[in-house]
Amino acid sequence: MSGVRKGYVRPLDLKRGVVDMSHGSGGRAMAQLVDELFLAAFDNAWLREMNDQARVPMPAGRLVIATDSHVVSPLFFPGGDIGCLSVHGTVNDVAMAGAKPLYLTAGFILEEGYPLADLKRIVDSMAAAARDAGVPIVTGDTKVVEQGKGDGVFINTTGVGVVFEGVDVSGANARPGDAILVSGPMGDHGVAIMSLRENLTFETTIASDTAALHGLVEALVTAVPGVRTLRDPTRGGLATTLNEIARQSGVGMTLRESAIPVRPEVAAACEFLGLDPLYVANEGKLVAIVASGDAPAALAALRGHPLGREAAIVGEVVADANHFVQMETGFGGRRMVDWLAGEQLPRIC
Amino acid sequence: MKYVDEFRDGELARGIAARIAAEADPARTYHFMEFCGGHTHAISRYGVKDLLPANVVMVHGPGCPVCVLPVGRIDMAIELALKEKAILATYADTMRVPASGGLSLMKAKAKGADIRMVYSASDALRLARENPGREVVFLAIGFETTTPPTALVVREAAATGVGNFSVFANHVLTPSAIAHILESPEVRDLGTVVIDGFVGPAHVSTVIGSQPYDYFAEEYRKPVVIAGFEPLDVMQAILMLVRQVNEGRYEVENEFTRAVTPAGNEKAKALVASVFELRRAFEWRGLGAVPYSALRLKEEWAAFDAERRFDMPERRVPDPKACECGAILRGVKKPTDCKVFGTVCTPETPIGSCMVSSEGACAAHYTYGRYRDAAPAGATA
Repeated sequence: MSGVRKGYVRPLDLKRGVVDMSHGSGGRAMAQLVDELFLAAFDNAWLREMNDQARVPMPAGRLVIATDSHVVSPLFFPGGDIGCLSVHGTVNDVAMAGAKPLYLTAGFILEEGYPLADLKRIVDSMAAAARDAGVPIVTGDTKVVEQGKGDGVFINTTGVGVVFEGVDVSGANARPGDAILVSGPMGDHGVAIMSLRENLTFETTIASDTAALHGLVEALVTAVPGVRTLRDPTRGGLATTLNEIARQSGVGMTLRESAIPVRPEVAAACEFLGLDPLYVANEGKLVAIVASGDAPAALAALRGHPLGREAAIVGEVVADANHFVQMETGFGGRRMVDWLAGEQLPRIC
Repeated sequence: MKYVDEFRDGELARGIAARIAAEADPARTYHFMEFCGGHTHAISRYGVKDLLPANVVMVHGPGCPVCVLPVGRIDMAIELALKEKAILATYADTMRVPASGGLSLMKAKAKGADIRMVYSASDALRLARENPGREVVFLAIGFETTTPPTALVVREAAATGVGNFSVFANHVLTPSAIAHILESPEVRDLGTVVIDGFVGPAHVSTVIGSQPYDYFAEEYRKPVVIAGFEPLDVMQAILMLVRQVNEGRYEVENEFTRAVTPAGNEKAKALVASVFELRRAFEWRGLGAVPYSALRLKEEWAAFDAERRFDMPERRVPDPKACECGAILRGVKKPTDCKVFGTVCTPETPIGSCMVSSEGACAAHYTYGRYRDAAPAGATA
């Protein structure tokens, strides 16, 4: 009698194994990767159906769809990793429509040779983030590229949600006189990432602020249903986000530098790197624009939520055909806060 | 942020501003050149201009190492990377400087050149150690501030036997540039550029000290006040310059005493002297060939000199015709006098180098100050 058990498949070696080309081939190896890694971590009824798509119930209302690809380097950083970031990023993009995120999809592009142990850490982190956010990952896709053709792991996530009843939020809705709020200190994520970049390693206690903001958004739109604009100031930071909104809405803005919260550690890191914290990325902050009369209620709603305790009113929307974002400096002068040009390049002397 | 915020204090600034306004003679105009790009940047970023009376005018100088790098030198660097297949290590600011043929280091990188951004000269040397099979060239630029670290890595490469490392030296000298401006016909003969005094360099002076400026004060009768790069330093220096002008003095004064001594950093100067020697002349963007204005590696370090090692011929390439960087660097024109400013030439698509570095006069004005030029379009609510 043969000692081979019927139907036995040796489990994935999640300690020493690596991604190989067969994991993206559509064959048994891929099915095993999906079963033992992705399904095990993300487990939910829709995913378990194992179709190439998910059939999900949708409540009535306006549908919101957002997609975001994640290529962060390094993959693990203080305060998070590409896994939770890929959940938070898309949950936030959906939420910034004044919406409740309902479902996520996940597409993985893996590089041949990437350690399965690290992939598991990333997938577990994604699963935890999705669970905490209450937004299930209902379908997905996996591809593998040859060594040298990727950077370990790229993750695309798409999110679907539905707009809260009676809420109409858009980047085009800002009006002169409106108040501009931020939900907390600027620049944490970017500085945390930069502290690990090649040639730049410096010790810091700053962790990424990566977080899912839909709870904060719900608290805000419940208190102030007339919120005009919501956006998360990710790449390009607050400065770029405000310039985008100014152009979309056809308005200008005036900021007060002294009112913009920036942690001293972030300010110090930016100082020696020659960066401006207003251009550094955030992953757990939002910008809200509300009618000036709604500003106190909006501020109270943000501050009443754990992710908005350090919220602040930082400026106001003004009429300006040039759509300039200007700032009263803490020094007592005035300057523009322009679009980011190229990458934010440090000064050299 | 301790030790920084104190130098950006708005209330102290208002106090100095009030004194400048009180002491500046309303019957005359004061033109002060801030030599350094660091000062240009501080003036724009903190809105220092808004705190000065209308008759105190700041003229931007050529002290931006990226801005004065001529097209030819960038072309030479690109050739090292593309033809010699060397790893070119460079400070980030140089990446977008326009070169010939629509290229820049960044575009050359996209075409396959191996160009790496570094934050220090020692990072470049580390690259050489990590890539023993490749030639690694450090594109060294900057005034006296960045020269000692370059000298240090050359010595270290020699001492530790790193044979695949060399330096493409573009280190330039501040005093020669100031002299060149003061000798220029616009200042000397035509009187089209009025300079009543200089805000002297901050970091450069920590190395060379305050003594080298004595000559300008004496020979050209121009007051010089060495100032730190914080906005309060600049304000204080302007007040000191106004006082010198009012009292008919032309002395070298040091506002930046927390870092600058008369003799400077003797150790750094000795280090530089051990590795570098004067070039007979060096091409500056905007200023042309300036005699004895730059450094090259001494003969004994020739093995580490990329120009000798790769037998690089000197390239002279004229600036694009429409670009006024030259006149702007000499203080003859303002960024807004240039026809391509803000139209064809923007930080995204720079034509001239002054639009590239954040210390460049055009980039500083475009990024922080161009709302001043805009016709009052739409009332501000």
